[in-house]
Amino acid sequence: MGRQLANLLAKRLSISLLTLLLLSVLVFAGGQLLPGNVGRAILGPLADAASVAALNHKLGTDLPVPVMYWRWISHFVTGDFGTSYSFQLPVAPFIGHALFNSLKLAGVAFVIVVPLSIFGGVYAAMHARSWIDKVISISGLSMTVIPEFVSSIAFILIFGVWLNWLPVSATAPAGAGPLVQVYHLILPSMPLVFILFGYIARMARAGTVEALDSDYTRTAVLKGLTWRVVIFRHVLRNALLPTITVVATQLGYLVGGLVVVESLFRYQGIGSLILTAARGKDFPMLEAGILTVGAIYVLATVGADVLYTVLNPRLRGGGR
Amino acid sequence: MSSATDSIVPTLAGEPAGPPKNERLLAVLQSPIFLVGAFVVLFWIICAVFGPWIEPYSPYNDDLMNTLDPPSWQHWFGTDQIGRDIFSRVIAGSRSILLVAPLATILGTVTGTTLGLVTGYFGGIIDTLLSRIIEVLLALPLIIVALMALVALGPSDPTVIVVIGIIFAPLIARTVRSAVLAERQLDYVSAAQLRGESSLAIMFVEILPNVLPPIMVETTVRLGYAIFTVASLSFLGFGIQPPSADWGLAISENYDLITGGYWWTVVFDAGATASLVIGVNLLADGIQSGFE
Repeated sequence: MGRQLANLLAKRLSISLLTLLLLSVLVFAGGQLLPGNVGRAILGPLADAASVAALNHKLGTDLPVPVMYWRWISHFVTGDFGTSYSFQLPVAPFIGHALFNSLKLAGVAFVIVVPLSIFGGVYAAMHARSWIDKVISISGLSMTVIPEFVSSIAFILIFGVWLNWLPVSATAPAGAGPLVQVYHLILPSMPLVFILFGYIARMARAGTVEALDSDYTRTAVLKGLTWRVVIFRHVLRNALLPTITVVATQLGYLVGGLVVVESLFRYQGIGSLILTAARGKDFPMLEAGILTVGAIYVLATVGADVLYTVLNPRLRGGGR
Repeated sequence: MSSATDSIVPTLAGEPAGPPKNERLLAVLQSPIFLVGAFVVLFWIICAVFGPWIEPYSPYNDDLMNTLDPPSWQHWFGTDQIGRDIFSRVIAGSRSILLVAPLATILGTVTGTTLGLVTGYFGGIIDTLLSRIIEVLLALPLIIVALMALVALGPSDPTVIVVIGIIFAPLIARTVRSAVLAERQLDYVSAAQLRGESSLAIMFVEILPNVLPPIMVETTVRLGYAIFTVASLSFLGFGIQPPSADWGLAISENYDLITGGYWWTVVFDAGATASLVIGVNLLADGIQSGFE
C-alpha cells in the first residue's frame, strides 16, 4: 500500500502544481495584462500622461511582462500578496480575515447539506423507480440549476419575512457567541445547500444503486446477514466513495456561489472581497483572492483523491 | 487489400451505432420532461420576440404618482420604485438573457466542436495541452473567471458572450474529442482515408454528423449554465446596465425592499429566472435520456 500510495500522491501533487502554475499565469494575464495600462485604468481617461507614467512606475507596471510576473509570483508564494490599490494596505490580512468568515458560512452549509443529501440519495436508491425517487431526482436536478440570488429571494421572503424564523442579516451583532453566529448564517447557507443537494444526492444515489446491484451485496444477502448489516457494512461503504470526490470538487463551485450569496447578504467573506475588488479595479486584491480560491480548490481535489484511495478497498492493496 | 476494403465500405459506411436516428428523435419528442421544458422555453422565446405587442405598458415609462403599487388589475405584477409596470418589465427582461446566453453557447459550441474534432482526430500535443487547460478552467468557478475578464475588459454584452464562449469551448471540446476518438476507429473513416479525402473533409463531412447527438446534449446543458451565469453577472452589476429591463438587474435593484414588504418588486423576476433555467435543463435532460 505504502509505495503505491506514495507514487500516486507524488503524481497527483505534481499535476496540481502544474495546474496552479497555469492558473497563476491566467490570473496574472487577467489582472495585469488585459486591463492594459493599469495607471490609466486607475486614474481614468482625464488624467495627464505624466501622472499615469509616474503611477505605473510606482506600481511597477511599466516593467517587462516576465519580470512583472516573476516579481508578483515570487512574492506571492512567500505570503506577500502585494498592496491593495484601494486601501493602500497589505492584501494578505484582508484575505485571511475574509477566508475565515467564508469558511464559517461554507462550514454551516456543508454541515447541513452533506448528511441531508447523502440520506436523500441513499433513500432514493433504495426506493429506486418509486415516486419518491422521481421526486428527489427531479427536484434535485432543478434545485441545482437555480441561481443563488433567485433562491435567496425565496428563502428571505419565506423564513425571514413571512414566518420570521431566521434573521435576514448574515452578520451577528458584535460580541455574539458562536451559536448566535451560526443562527445568523443559516439563512445565507440555504441557497448554497439548495444547489449542492442535487449534485451530492445524485452521486450518492448512483453509487448506492450500483452497490445494491453488485455481486458482493448479493453474496452478503445470501449469506444470511441482516438487512441492516448489509446496508451499513457492504452497500454504503462502497456507495459513498464517489460521493467524497463530488463533495470536494463542489468546494470550487461553492466559492463562486459565495460571491453572489455574500454580496446579497452583505457578509464579509472571500466572495464579497473578490467582488468589491472587481468593482474597485483593485487588481492586487482581485488576483490574490482568485488565486487563493483556485489553490483551495486544487488542494481539496488532491485531498479527495488521497482520501478516496485510502478508503477504497480495491486500491488499498493486500491487507484485510 | 483495396478490393477487400471496397467490398466492406458500402455495407458499413451508413450504419449508425445504436437505434436508428428517427427512433431516438421520437423518443426525445415523447418524453414528458422534454415537452415540459420545451413548453417553458418556447413561452419565454415568444415573450422575447413578441414582447412589444404583449406588454400593456412601456417597460421604461415611469409614473411617479404610482410608485411601489402592489399587484392590481391595472398593474398585474405591481409597479417598481419609480412606478414602472413590473409585468411589462418581466416580459421585456426575457430579451437580453435570451440573446446573450444562446449566443455565448453557440460560440462555445462552434469553437469547441472544431477544437474537439481536431484534437480527437490528430491527437498529440494539442490533445495534452487541452486537458491541462480544462483542468485549470475547472479549478475556478465560471462566475469568477467571467468576473475577472469583465473587470479587465469592461462590462458589455459582447464581452460576456465572448468570455462565456471561450470558457465553454474547451469543455465542449472534451466531449466532442472523446466521441471522435471512438469514431476514428470505425471503418468508414479508414474508407474515407483510402478514398483520399482530405482530413478537413473527413472531420467535418464524415465524422461530425455521427457525433452530433453528444454535441446536442452538451450544448443544451451548457445553455443552462450560460443562463445561470448571465443572470448572476447582471445581478452582480457586471452585465446589462440600467435602465434596461433585466431579471437579474431588477432583483439587485430591489431586493433591499423585500424586508419592507414590497415582495412583488422581486418575486416575479425571480420566478421568471427560475422557470427559464429549469425549462432549459428539463430540455437537456429529455434530450440526454432520449439519446442514451
